[in-house]
Amino acid sequence: MFLFIAIPIVSVFIQSLHIEHKQVIIVSENCDPFGCETTTSVDTEASAKLKEKAPLGKFNGFKTYSNRMHFAFDEIGEAWNSSDSFIVFVKKIYNFPLYRALSFTLTYTFVVTPFVLFLGFLVALGVNNLPKLLKGPTIFASLLPMIVTPLVGSLILFWMVDGDGVIGATLQKLFNDNSLSLKASPVLTWVMLMVYGIWHLMPFSFIVFYAGLQTVPHETIEAATIDGASKFQRTRHVVIPHLMPLAIFITLILLMDNFRVFEPIISFRAEAHATSISWLIWNHLRESAYPLYNAAGATSMITIFCVGILLLPVLIRTWRDFNEKNKG
Amino acid sequence: MFLKKLILGGLTALFFSSSLFAADCGPNGQSIRILASDFPAIHAIANSAESNCAGSASEFTRNHTTEARQIMNAAQTPDPAEYTSVIVANSTLVQLMNDGLVRPLNDLVEKYGGNLKSNQLITIDGKIMAIAFMANSQHMYYRTDILDKAGVDGMPATYDEIISAAEKIRSAGIMEHPLVMNLKVGWNVGEVFNTIYLAHGGEFFKQGSAEASINNAKGIAALETMKALVEYAHPDHLTQASDDTQGLWEAGQAAIGFMWGSRGGVILDNEGSSAEVTSNTVLSAAPTVTGGSIPGATLWWDGITIATNVSDSEAEATFAALVSGMTSEMVAANNDDAIWLIDGFKPGPAAAGVSATAQGGAKSYPMFAQMGLLHNALGAELVDFLKGAESAEQALSDVEAVYETAAKDAGYL
Repeated sequence: MFLFIAIPIVSVFIQSLHIEHKQVIIVSENCDPFGCETTTSVDTEASAKLKEKAPLGKFNGFKTYSNRMHFAFDEIGEAWNSSDSFIVFVKKIYNFPLYRALSFTLTYTFVVTPFVLFLGFLVALGVNNLPKLLKGPTIFASLLPMIVTPLVGSLILFWMVDGDGVIGATLQKLFNDNSLSLKASPVLTWVMLMVYGIWHLMPFSFIVFYAGLQTVPHETIEAATIDGASKFQRTRHVVIPHLMPLAIFITLILLMDNFRVFEPIISFRAEAHATSISWLIWNHLRESAYPLYNAAGATSMITIFCVGILLLPVLIRTWRDFNEKNKG
Repeated sequence: MFLKKLILGGLTALFFSSSLFAADCGPNGQSIRILASDFPAIHAIANSAESNCAGSASEFTRNHTTEARQIMNAAQTPDPAEYTSVIVANSTLVQLMNDGLVRPLNDLVEKYGGNLKSNQLITIDGKIMAIAFMANSQHMYYRTDILDKAGVDGMPATYDEIISAAEKIRSAGIMEHPLVMNLKVGWNVGEVFNTIYLAHGGEFFKQGSAEASINNAKGIAALETMKALVEYAHPDHLTQASDDTQGLWEAGQAAIGFMWGSRGGVILDNEGSSAEVTSNTVLSAAPTVTGGSIPGATLWWDGITIATNVSDSEAEATFAALVSGMTSEMVAANNDDAIWLIDGFKPGPAAAGVSATAQGGAKSYPMFAQMGLLHNALGAELVDFLKGAESAEQALSDVEAVYETAAKDAGYL
């Protein structure tokens, strides 16, 4: 199990320390149906010899991590020195891909997670109080957003929010503004992505909480009722403490999931206004037709590192609870 | 009875002779495996090659996928390669050549290329690396009825004329956003910049080096032009690629379009649109800058290549089969699917835009080994300028910085 997890991570880490060999470039005369031009091409034989000697590429140390595509240390130093106010400095930082992606990813994570947790709990409570006959169909319907593949789900929504789509056209009518576009404004794009995220993940927290609600001991509830506790008080003092371990579990999973937000950005074509860490990795690997394995590797390591930091508080808490229980 | 046999025998002989002697398929019993993108013109070429030569090959397989560009290098690197031929375009040929995955075709052309025209041969330092069969480029689409209604004289030929025509349409209250362009973040928006930059006479790299040189007066002028155009484009323009702009055009929601020539046939046919739109749509050359002469477009070709890592006889059979498909009969049967570079092509209204653009002296999409990296940087970094969050100088210097980092990692700098 350890090897299963460690081998890919270590390999990605090693890859992130290497860059491609220097390409041997030659100037060449290039003729096509439309005429001739002088361009450059790669001397493949000379380049292949270099590759054979060291197939991993040229060792580059941690320079990939510190370059402009990632932490951009030099550029930030420069930005600090050349900015006359803190706002200008922040704006300059926002110009670097990693920080821009981080700002959306973190906002997304910290907005979507609590909403999903809270709304999921409310839905679970509601469903739990339904008459038996309605429970089955309601649960099925509530799970639908999660059953639909994220790519498809967000694509459907993308069409709906189009100026000609159901939601887009309705909003235009409502605000009486024909050029109102959810896709053109940065703020509305962020809101749209987060609403989608909440819609998509809520069934997960709902179904876990719902399962948890089935295990709440009747005796305690009855005892509380006899003691004169109102419905709200019963929920607050009996049900919630009982479900706390579950809430921690859901928070853990949600934090991890949300930090890797990716599909909606592609489906909503939101790259102009919102990029995430996972989107950066995809972009390094795919867009230029020259996969930048080192950049993708470095971004992946940064992702793992950030997820680790995010989960730390929750993990520490769990560890403490566990120790206390064992002592007790 | 005897007569019947004679006729049958004669017919069979005729059938065989037409299929065997019409096409020279090279060595028998070879495996032919083709990787190609997925659009009608490529299907036409591959169909014709398959019907000519599948009989004499031990295997004839085709993989048509729009993801061809993403998988080609990985598929062609092992020896033997996964495909004996990849059908490429300008930029994808460079992608394969950077890893040495296509072989020179000079000897094969000598042996089988009798029906090829000299302008079909893509040569790099005298070595033939690909055989082109069709051309493509961006150019203008106009709705003549709307231009008339708005009081625009003739068809706009420069960026300034386009902008003033768009303004006239807007102020006449006909359309708020009369312009459509493929401006989706990433490759598309970078490509629009390329076309306008070329129209301004810009160069992408310093002579003979991989150092980018776009942060100059021409680059800034190109960006300013782009922004002036975008003013009149659909508010969602940063999410729109070819399918979306074609849709807007066919729905009659645009009057001026800067789109691919390959969409011409689809837009002008009688499917997916109304007669009002199709009968008034005219395709014309890409615009120039005022006082300039270079049309703002990149010319593209699609062509066949043969893999390095396959046996010589497989290479020969594949080449013979594909070239056997490039005949005037094939062109006649698929005339409107593409701007064919093969003999027998009759340019129709759908070809008018690309022809005019090529004749006007537009440049080919640059074939620099490192062009993909610059294109990617353009696609990612110009958006802030178009949104109005950044100055043109800042956007261009960001592009150069992003390109420089990527090019260093990839070994070009």
